[in-house]
Amino acid sequence: MDVENIIYHGRIKVPYKWYVGETGSRFFIGLRDNKELWGNRCPKCDRVYVPPIKTCWECFVPTKEWVKLKDTGTVESFTVTHYSEGVAPKDVPIIYGLIKIDGADGSLLHFIGDVEPGDVSVGMRVKAVFAEERTGSILDIKHFVPSNE
Amino acid sequence: MGKRVAVVGFGQTKGRSSRKDVNGVEIINEAVVAALADAELTIDDIDAIVIGNMDHFEGINYVDSWSVEGSGGVMKPIFKVTTGGTTGTTVAMCAYYHAASGMFDRVLAIGWEKNSESDTTGAIITAFDPVWERPNLGGAIAGLALEASKYMDNYEVTERDGARVAVRERLHALNNPYAHLHQEWMKGMEVDQLVELLVTSEQNQVLAYPLRMSDMCPRSDGAAAVIFASEDVAEKIAPIPAWMVATANRHNFALAGDVDMDRNTTMASASKAAFEKAGIKEPLKEIDVCELYLPYSYAGLKWMEDLGFCGYGEGPKLLWDGVTDMDGELPVNPSGGVMSSNAIGATGLIRVGEAAIQIMGKAGTRQVPKDVNFALATGFGGCYWADVMLLGKKKPA
Repeated sequence: MDVENIIYHGRIKVPYKWYVGETGSRFFIGLRDNKELWGNRCPKCDRVYVPPIKTCWECFVPTKEWVKLKDTGTVESFTVTHYSEGVAPKDVPIIYGLIKIDGADGSLLHFIGDVEPGDVSVGMRVKAVFAEERTGSILDIKHFVPSNE
Repeated sequence: MGKRVAVVGFGQTKGRSSRKDVNGVEIINEAVVAALADAELTIDDIDAIVIGNMDHFEGINYVDSWSVEGSGGVMKPIFKVTTGGTTGTTVAMCAYYHAASGMFDRVLAIGWEKNSESDTTGAIITAFDPVWERPNLGGAIAGLALEASKYMDNYEVTERDGARVAVRERLHALNNPYAHLHQEWMKGMEVDQLVELLVTSEQNQVLAYPLRMSDMCPRSDGAAAVIFASEDVAEKIAPIPAWMVATANRHNFALAGDVDMDRNTTMASASKAAFEKAGIKEPLKEIDVCELYLPYSYAGLKWMEDLGFCGYGEGPKLLWDGVTDMDGELPVNPSGGVMSSNAIGATGLIRVGEAAIQIMGKAGTRQVPKDVNFALATGFGGCYWADVMLLGKKKPA
């Protein structure tokens, strides 16, 4: 006997919110209010983190010293995506880059813009472009563009 | 048999409605740092980590990797365990098993939750069967109200009996600096007067009959960390380690409709198994203090019967006789319990940590005024799942 396969469609939307914490908030406030990038330094290994973290994961000690960083950096790696996931705030093609901000040790994952995908290269110098409307999120940086600085 | 294992350190954050100043990783770190300080260890001494919470409360699915900055899990074996309300006690069990295996000497157990970051009931519903029970019943309050209603009918129990449990928990919480709820207004008032207030006050809203606001646990932000050590190192770390004597857990059904509403059969089965292993024949006489996962007031009546502390229907008498108060024969929840602090993934682990510090003599203002040789900790979750852990002062044979 053929049985119709019933499907039950879910309707659950859980309204998540996440407290950024004082450390992350300080970074976003600098970005939103002053177009500044701030990192923090581990007192033990001297590593400078951006985004900032509260505890150095290598040394397990608080990273309390704040370091003002430049808004320039170097492309560590990049890719160009030609499909849309729907969550990205841009149309394809999208250039994703790992940007090593000058003065920081790790890289910041962000977009590279205002450039043809074929003109991007590892080691390229870039500079942050800030969003016109800034709300205190990582998208307060609009993207990074090629730079001579 | 594995190695003998003891709790050698405990740290926790103070429960709060919301910790806006820290994210999840950072609140985990506070508990870890406190536990390491308590045991006088450093993160380098830790051989493995077991961590747990309920993913759907924060919407973060790989907590084990996401949280390494806070947990200290960088380049260490780290395992995530999630079993609903029992998460904290299951985390403790898994940490215990790791140390007992002989492969890890010092194991850090972490439980945490930031319930402020989602809608607790909305998130709990995602743990229910999507086809059969989400559309018609979901969340914790109504399900527990069904159990209370049945229990009241079975044994002629009244709302005053439920309120008496709430009064005990909230009065005990006043002794615990880490408890979320500190109902200072209760200080100095008589128990009878408090019970009367709770069952008559219009401000004490009925949520789902017979449960009022005061019958329920709060939702809290918090984290806890407990360090388990094998017999090879435990006595070198802690002057009085709290030894793991017996543990058992039981799961039954997935659907609420299949649960035996007359008895908490998982709690009864798990505790019976643990007591048998420990050679305990008269739990009321032989166990010195309890830290029970009582998420709502009537659990403090019925589940006491299922744990074997009294006969069926005798929970209210045990309670009103003062047996479970701080100065009674069997103090229950000197910490104020789950009804005074409930950061869900941390809650079960806090029970284990609180039971341990009663044995270690480190419970401060909430230390029970008697010798503690055996302390019982329990976890409760999901569709009537039960975790039971019995801790003791004497090193097991």
